[in-house]
Amino acid sequence: MMSVSEIKRRMEEESAEETIQSLFDKIERSKLNAFITLTKEQALEEARKADKNGTRGLLGAVPIAIKDNISTKGIQTTCASKILKGYVPPYDAHVIERLKAEGAIIIGKTNMDEFAMGSSTETSFFGPTRNPHDLSRVPGGSSGGSAAAVAGGEVPIALGSDTGGSVRCPASFCGVVGLKPTYGMVSRYGLISYANSLEQIGPFGCSVEDVALLLDVIAGHDPRDSTSHVMKKNRYVDELKDDVSGLKIGVPEEYFEGVDKDVDNAVRDGITLLEELGASCSEVALPHTKYALASYYIIAMSEASSNLARFDGVRYGLRLEKDKDWHTTFSEIRAEGFGEEVKRRILLGTYALSAGYYGRYYLKALKVRTLIKQDFENAFKKVDVLITPTMPCAAFKIGEKIDDPLSLYLADVNTVPMNLAGVPSISVPCGFANGLPMGMQIIGGHFDEGLILRVAHTFEKHAGVA
Amino acid sequence: MISKKDVEHIGWLARIKLSDEEKEEFTGQLNTILDYFAKLDEIDPSVTPTHHVSGIENVFRDDVAKESLGQEDVLRNAPRKEEGFFKGPRIV
Amino acid sequence: MKDVIIGLEVHVQLNKLNSKLFCGCSTKYHDSGPNTHTCPVCLGLPGALPVLNRTAVEAAIKVALALNCEIAEQTLFYRKNYYYPDLPKGFQISQYDYPIAIKGNLVIEGDGERNIRIRRVHMEEDPARLVHKGPIEKSKYSLIDYNRSGMALLEIVTEPDLRSPKEARQFLNKLRNILEYLDVFDGYLEGAIRVDANISLTGGARAEVKNISSYKGVEKALSFEIVRQKNLMRRGINVVQETRHYDEARGVTISLRTKEEEKDYRYFPEPDLVPFKAKEGVPKIKKTLPELPDAKRRRFVEQYNISEHHAKVLTSEFKLANFFENVAGKVDTNQAATWIADVLKGELNYRGLGIDAFSPKHTIQILRMLREKNITEKGAVQVIRALLDEGGTPTEIVKQKGLLKVDVGEIAKAVDEAIKENLAAVKDYHAGKDEAFHFLIGQVMKKTSGKADPDAVNKLLREKL
Repeated sequence: MMSVSEIKRRMEEESAEETIQSLFDKIERSKLNAFITLTKEQALEEARKADKNGTRGLLGAVPIAIKDNISTKGIQTTCASKILKGYVPPYDAHVIERLKAEGAIIIGKTNMDEFAMGSSTETSFFGPTRNPHDLSRVPGGSSGGSAAAVAGGEVPIALGSDTGGSVRCPASFCGVVGLKPTYGMVSRYGLISYANSLEQIGPFGCSVEDVALLLDVIAGHDPRDSTSHVMKKNRYVDELKDDVSGLKIGVPEEYFEGVDKDVDNAVRDGITLLEELGASCSEVALPHTKYALASYYIIAMSEASSNLARFDGVRYGLRLEKDKDWHTTFSEIRAEGFGEEVKRRILLGTYALSAGYYGRYYLKALKVRTLIKQDFENAFKKVDVLITPTMPCAAFKIGEKIDDPLSLYLADVNTVPMNLAGVPSISVPCGFANGLPMGMQIIGGHFDEGLILRVAHTFEKHAGVA
Repeated sequence: MISKKDVEHIGWLARIKLSDEEKEEFTGQLNTILDYFAKLDEIDPSVTPTHHVSGIENVFRDDVAKESLGQEDVLRNAPRKEEGFFKGPRIV
Repeated sequence: MKDVIIGLEVHVQLNKLNSKLFCGCSTKYHDSGPNTHTCPVCLGLPGALPVLNRTAVEAAIKVALALNCEIAEQTLFYRKNYYYPDLPKGFQISQYDYPIAIKGNLVIEGDGERNIRIRRVHMEEDPARLVHKGPIEKSKYSLIDYNRSGMALLEIVTEPDLRSPKEARQFLNKLRNILEYLDVFDGYLEGAIRVDANISLTGGARAEVKNISSYKGVEKALSFEIVRQKNLMRRGINVVQETRHYDEARGVTISLRTKEEEKDYRYFPEPDLVPFKAKEGVPKIKKTLPELPDAKRRRFVEQYNISEHHAKVLTSEFKLANFFENVAGKVDTNQAATWIADVLKGELNYRGLGIDAFSPKHTIQILRMLREKNITEKGAVQVIRALLDEGGTPTEIVKQKGLLKVDVGEIAKAVDEAIKENLAAVKDYHAGKDEAFHFLIGQVMKKTSGKADPDAVNKLLREKL
C-alpha cells in the first residue's frame, strides 16, 4: 500500500508520468482483477501535463480509482453488468467534477458486484475480484475492486459507494480504511442508483488521513441532488488530532452476537486501547437492530426494482439482435443483461411493492427505519461514538457463500443499520486473523465525520496495525 | 408462500423473461428470503414510517433554461437510431 | 335512454415555463429537431437526479386555486412504475397519496349552469413522444423523441359528473380559458393538452379512451364510444372494461389488444425528491392570481354596460377579453362589444384564426369610420375581411375598394333621378303602397353602389316625395 503523501513524494523524486506508469505496470501484471476499465492514455497524458505545468488542488496529480457505478464522461461505466457494457456517459458525476477540480488523475474504473448488489464482488459480469491478502478469498463488496486496488498498492485512494456496507465491508476484508458519510453529505448526482434513500459515495485509503483528505474533496452541497445538505465546508484533515481523552464510547452488544471469536477479540482489544488513551466506555442498547437487515433488504430491493427499470436497451446498453414487440424485447434484453443476483433482487423488490404487499413489506420496512433511527438518536444522547465489528468475520472463500443468498445477506448485519439511519461510519483495520485483516467500525451521529475520523486516526496511530 | 406462477407474474411485471429453471430456483429462494422478512410482522404498526431520512424539505431550482446535450452526444450510446430519433421496438 | 357517465383526466402541459419539471432543458423545442432538448435527467441516464422547478409548483397551485381546490399542507412525489417505450426511466415521477390539491370544482355553462367537481390536481412529468410510420398497430418499430420528456404536466381529474360529449367539450374549453388567464399554458402548441376519458353507459362497463389530443377529438371520441357501447348493448354483448386508443385521423377508438396490461403501478415515494409544504406558498400566490373569466364577465356587464351574452363571448378567451378592453375605452363600448363579439369573432372563427390575427388599432379605426358615417356597416365587414385575407390598413382598403360613403349632394342627385325615372312608383307611394317606397330606396342604393347611408336615403326620399 502507499499513501497519498508517499505517492506525492515519489512523483517529486521521479515524475508524475513515471509514477503513474509504474502503477499501470503493476495493475497489468496483477491477479486481483480490481479494474474493469483502465484509462491509461488519458491518465498518462494528464501526468505529463502535471509534470510540465506543475500540479494544482488538494489532489494535484494524485492517481485515483473510481467504482464503476459512478458516471464518468467519456469513460465506459458499466456497473459490472452486461446490460451496460460499452456505455460511455456524456456527463461526469458531481464527485468526478470535484476530483478533477482538485487535480486528481483517474486511472480506471473498479470492479464491483453487479449494480452494487453483493458483499463479495463475485457477481460482476467481468469476473470476481480477488483479495490481495489471499487470492482465493473475496475482497468483500460491493466496492471490492476499489478496496483491493488500494490494499494491493495499485492506487493510493479510491471511491466506492456504500448502500448497506459496500465501502466498509471491503475495507474490513482488505485491511484498508473506508468511510460511509452521513446521508446527504456527498452528492449522489452521477452515482448510478441501487437504493437511493440509503446510499452514499465514500472514500477508501490506506490511512485515515487519506480518507479525510478525499472526503474534503468530495463532500459539499450540490444543487443537482435534492437530498444534498447545505453545510459549511469542513477541512476534516485539520481535525485529525491524536486525542480521545474524555471520549464516550458506546458498545452495543447486539453487534457482537454471532461474531467470529477473532473479530470479537480484536474489536474489544481496540476499544480497550482507546480506553487506555483516555476514552471511557459503556454498554448501550440498540434494541431494534434485529429488524435492520430485513428492513434494509426490503427497502433496497424495492428501490432497486424501480431504479433498474430504465435498462431497456433503447437509449443505451444491451440490445438483442432482433426486436420483437416491446414487451418481449424488453423482457429478453433484461433476461440476457442482468445476472442472477440482480434478477433476484429486482423480483423481490417488485413483489414487495406490488398490489396488496406494499403495506406488508415496504411500508413496514420504513417503520423499522424510524425505530432504527430512534435507536441511534437515543444512543448518541449518552455516548459520542459507537464501536462495533465491521463484519462478523474475515474474508471468506470465493464461491463459499454465493449459492446461498440469505447467508450472504446476513453478513451485512452490522453495516446496514447506519444506512437506514443515515449516520456516518468508518471501518479501520484492527488486526489480523490467520493472515486476514479485520475491521473495526466507528459510528457517529449525523455529520459527526470529524469526530469519527479523529477517533479512527488516534486508534490507527496507536494500534500499529498494518 | 409464493408459487412458481407468482414468480412468473412478478417476472412479467419486472419485464424479465425467466427460464423454467430460473422460475424453479427463484421460487425456493424467494420463499426463504420472504420468510426471513416476516420478522417485521413483530413491529408495532402504529410507528410513523420514515420516507426520507435526511429531514430535508422544500428543495427547488429556479425556472431557468440551461443548455441541453447535443443531439450527437445524446444518440451516441443508442443501440439503434434513425434520423435523429431513438429507434424502439414496435408497440403492438 | 341510457345515461352517459363521463369522467376526464386532463393532462395539461405547463408549456409557458422556461424549463422542464425536473431539469434545466428548455421547453421551447417545438420548432427543433428530435432529441435536441434533452439532458441526463430527462433522458433517464443512469445516475441523473431530478430537482423540482419552483415555478412549476407555483403554476400548479395557481391552477388549483382557480379551480377552487384545497391545497395540500405537505405534498410528495411518487414513482409510478410501468414499462412503455416512451418512458425513459421505466417509471414516471408523479403524485399519488398527498397530491398538491384536491376537491375543487368548475362551473360550465351549457344548457344552464352545471357544476363539475374536480377530484384532484397533481403534478407529473411528461413521457417522450413516440412517432410511428403508419398506424400504430401496423408500425414495425417506434421512433422516440425525448424533447417532450420531462415537461411539466398537470393532471386534472374530474369526478364522473359530465353527461355528454358536448359537456366534456365545454369543460375543456372553460378549463383552457382559465389556464390561459393564468398565463401558464399555451393551448395552441403541439401536445399542450391530452385527455384520457372514462366513459360508460348505465348498466355497462367503463372504457378508458386514451391519447385524445385535441378539443374536438374529445367530443368525437366520446360520441364514437357512445355509439359503439350502445350497439354492443343492443346486440346483448357485454361492454368489457378496457383501455382504448383514440385514432385521431380515423375518428375511431380502437382496442390495442396487447397482452392484458396489469395495472400494478407499484407506487412508492420518490426517494430522490424531498417533501415540500405546498400550502405555505398559497397566500403569496393568491395575490398574483389574475381576474378569472367569471369575475371578468360580471365586471364587463357592469363596467361597460354590455349584454350578458357579449360579456360571455368576450371573456371566453383571455386574449379576446384584453382585446376588447383595449378597444372599449376608445370607442362606444356597446358598439365595440357587438362588432368584436358578433362580427370579428365570427370572421376569425370562420378562418380558424385567433384574435392575435387582428389589431385593436384597426378595430378602433373601423369603428370610428362607422361612427362618423364614413363607411356603411356592410363596408365595415368588407374592411375586416380584407384585413384578414389580404392585410393592409383600413384607410387603404376603404380607398382601394371605394367604400367611402357618398355625400348628401350625391344622394340628393340620385334621389332626384330615381323619382324622375320611376313615376309609376311615385304614384303608388302616394297611393299608400309601402312597397313602392322600398323599391325607390333600392333604386337610390343601386345608383350609389350601396355606399349611401340608408338613413340619409330614407330621410331625403321622404322629403322629396
